Amino acid sequence: MKSAVIVFPGSNCDRDLAVALEKVTGNKPLMVWHQEYDFDTVDFIGLPGGFSYGDYLRCGAMSARSHVMKEVIKRANDGVPTFGVCNGFQILTETGVLPGALMRNANLHFVCKDVPMTVENTDSIFTSGYAGKREITVPVAHHDGNYYADHETLDRLEGEGQVAFKYTADINGAQRRIAGVLNKRGNVLGMMPHPERMIEPALGGTDGRILFESVLNSLG
Amino acid sequence: MQDVKITPELVKEHGLTSSEYERIVSAMGREPNITELGIYSVMWSEHCSYKSSRFHLKKLPTKAPWVIQGPGENAGVIDIGDGQAAIFKMESHNHPSYIEPYQGAATGVGGILRDVFTMGARPVANMNALRFGEPDHPKTRHLVNGVVAGIGGYGNCVGVPTVGGETNFDPSYNGNILVNAMTVGLADQDKIFYCAAAGIGNPVVYVGSKTGRDGIHGATMASTEFTEDTEEKRPTVQVGDPFTEKLLIEACLELMATDAIIAIQDMGAAGLTSSSVEMASKGGVGFELNLDNVPQREQEMTPYEMCLSESQERMLMVLKPGREKMAQAIFEKWELDFAVIGVITGTGNLTLTFGGKTVGDMPINSLVEDAPEYERPYEYTAKRSSVDVAAPADLNKAVLDLVGGPNLCSRRWIWEQYDHMVMGDTIQRPGGDAAVVRIHGTEKALAISTDVTPRYCYADPEQGGRQAVAETWRNITAVGAKPLAITNCLNFGNPERTDIMGQFVGCLEGMGDACRALDYPIVSGNVSLYNETNGSGILPTPAIGGVGVMADSSKMATIAFKGAGETILLIGETKNELGVSLYQKQILGEDTGAPPFVDLDIERRNGDFVRLLIENEQVNTCHDLSDGGLIAAIADMAMSGGVGADIVIESDLPLHVNLFSETQARYLVAASEATSEIIRKEAKDAGIPVTVLGTTGGEMLTVNEGAVDISLKALTEAHESWMPNFMANAS
Repeated sequence: MKSAVIVFPGSNCDRDLAVALEKVTGNKPLMVWHQEYDFDTVDFIGLPGGFSYGDYLRCGAMSARSHVMKEVIKRANDGVPTFGVCNGFQILTETGVLPGALMRNANLHFVCKDVPMTVENTDSIFTSGYAGKREITVPVAHHDGNYYADHETLDRLEGEGQVAFKYTADINGAQRRIAGVLNKRGNVLGMMPHPERMIEPALGGTDGRILFESVLNSLG
Repeated sequence: MQDVKITPELVKEHGLTSSEYERIVSAMGREPNITELGIYSVMWSEHCSYKSSRFHLKKLPTKAPWVIQGPGENAGVIDIGDGQAAIFKMESHNHPSYIEPYQGAATGVGGILRDVFTMGARPVANMNALRFGEPDHPKTRHLVNGVVAGIGGYGNCVGVPTVGGETNFDPSYNGNILVNAMTVGLADQDKIFYCAAAGIGNPVVYVGSKTGRDGIHGATMASTEFTEDTEEKRPTVQVGDPFTEKLLIEACLELMATDAIIAIQDMGAAGLTSSSVEMASKGGVGFELNLDNVPQREQEMTPYEMCLSESQERMLMVLKPGREKMAQAIFEKWELDFAVIGVITGTGNLTLTFGGKTVGDMPINSLVEDAPEYERPYEYTAKRSSVDVAAPADLNKAVLDLVGGPNLCSRRWIWEQYDHMVMGDTIQRPGGDAAVVRIHGTEKALAISTDVTPRYCYADPEQGGRQAVAETWRNITAVGAKPLAITNCLNFGNPERTDIMGQFVGCLEGMGDACRALDYPIVSGNVSLYNETNGSGILPTPAIGGVGVMADSSKMATIAFKGAGETILLIGETKNELGVSLYQKQILGEDTGAPPFVDLDIERRNGDFVRLLIENEQVNTCHDLSDGGLIAAIADMAMSGGVGADIVIESDLPLHVNLFSETQARYLVAASEATSEIIRKEAKDAGIPVTVLGTTGGEMLTVNEGAVDISLKALTEAHESWMPNFMANAS
């Protein structure tokens, strides 16, 4: 499995995501700078966490309009597995590839801690490995993870299995405690929690590793 | 503005005494112009020149075989094996943080990060040491809220984990909080960069953010006491831009991977002035700077403003000739300013031109070496005698009040606002004895701790100074690492007062003793004096930041009880030392007697023994004893692991003394019954006092069959609720 990690100015979990991908897949990901128009064909595209452009406008708004995102959107629409974590999720909602928006946490504070979650859909390429384990713990670290969409959209997301993860308690004010969503086709996942930070016991657990293993298994 | 007449009032406004002004005139051989006066005033400020402290700082131990660079550079450097180095420093940002807590704290983090990556290190961990006024003071909540948000806002965005720190409340900080930030970085030993400029004719290059009018005279502000009109100094607080800092880190490290850089220095306090003077002074050369080429954010800036601006996220470099284009391309890729603003000369002067005219010309030597040095008179703090401290009316209530009080309660509310996991190597998170960060891609790890007990330093500066150093050493030992070196941030009141200067000298003597006895030298640091408001000084607060290394991080110990049925052992001897204890201060509302005596030989002996237990994998549950004594430590271990404990204390000392005494050099460990037998034998052979206290298990913390009997649930609730309750409704 060959993967790419997109790097924006201000990305800061790009290395963490690359380390996790390399540990699980055995291959070093291609690091792609935001000013590129094109990059090699890959099986998986990762949009890392961080503060691209400092989050000075709206989180992810600037990056969503970068050169490289035109290519990422095209490939995501063509079916390439695309994964956005934290700031990456914010970028994906800003591009419209994923529905909804991420607003400032309800209590206005940054929050960094392990959070228990339930896996709501274990049929996707990202979550099939969780079939035997529906309750997992993965850390969050964000200031703007308060997921919002209108009720109709939320009903549709829940009805069609597009909600991938939910927090078991209120973490940031997110509607229906949604932590991660899939696109309709199921090849794009955005989530606020950081699975790349839970890939070995020394870091507190391996619940995040399962996500990357799922992708690896489904891609063969 | 160049033509402003220098009057005695203007000299005073610049924080210079009339004799210091005369010294400038004689060094220059003429009257300075306004730009030159501004430059002398910041270079000779307490903050930049260490004029009151230098004489005493020289006496501190700074050497060991593993020290690569001691004080005098941007940060200290130590050898951690395998060709790698840890680079670290702690610095204060007290005055700005009191005036504007968010930006003050944020730029404090930004400044200390730059000190570390300037030397070629990738920052891998941030720590802090915070002191606020009493909880009931009307400003305290607002300041806590702003400082924590500022530290998080900067560190989280830059992507360096904030892995730990300490927070205290005391009325002496009501009008003068302390915000001390520490950064630890990693570099290869053959890729360390220094600030000494060299090569006449080589280009002087400015990179990073543009220069604005923010922070002018920040260094001078940091060198005076606060008064009622301090609020008016708000414009002297800088504004941080962590996004630019992140780009600057990446761009600098990318350029550092080439061989283009001869010298590099961040623009910190006193900005362009102090960075160019330091680089030129260290290299024994002159600098000619063309101020027209300085990237400017605001219009019509004067030479005075450009030289004294403390705009953040800027660096100055000397490049090898011919490398400008390659370097420029890197900075343009990261969308940062890059400008050649000067050249190295052989004149030995700092020469400034603007609009084709020379607007300043000063001998570099006079700015640095001629800075006044004061051997200020001092009076040692009178020694106190030991006291007997009364038992509490209700032991259970005393324990709950301490564990759930402002000084010992959980700091979760604070550290959950810091990204303490980014970079994927934090293997011991906040809440333990020391933070532990793995060295990326290896099994090795760094252990880091910040500590000081200001009430000890006030009661007995010498013992307090010893204790601060020893406690970080103990914290690092308790996770299983070998303590290697420290940085410090010496926060004191007005050095022109003999009692304050006596505190300073006493603390330094104690620190020096401890560093020597523990082979734990000082490799970098910062002095912050004049921490007073309207003549009332802070408690002497020499904050220590210690760094240690662990060869195999899988052996790391944590404070949490791991399960039921383990034997709890106390290593070290408890004495009747309740003077100036947290128990005495918080529960009895008294502050008398002598603080615990720090026997450095015993400290070292007990610590080396405990570290060996961890290295030999006999123990992976360990906690050192400090504030609140034995009972506070057991409570921490029980709450952290969610496992209770049943202990029995047999001793000639009263029970409350056993529980709350703050005798130094003590650790609690837990191990299986069989292992604990072995440990007892080994301790006996080594002549180290060891006591079996009881066993882990259950959901209660019980002492002497009910003398203390508190459910873990009640304990945890008290411990976790104080801070969120206190901060509810903060502005």
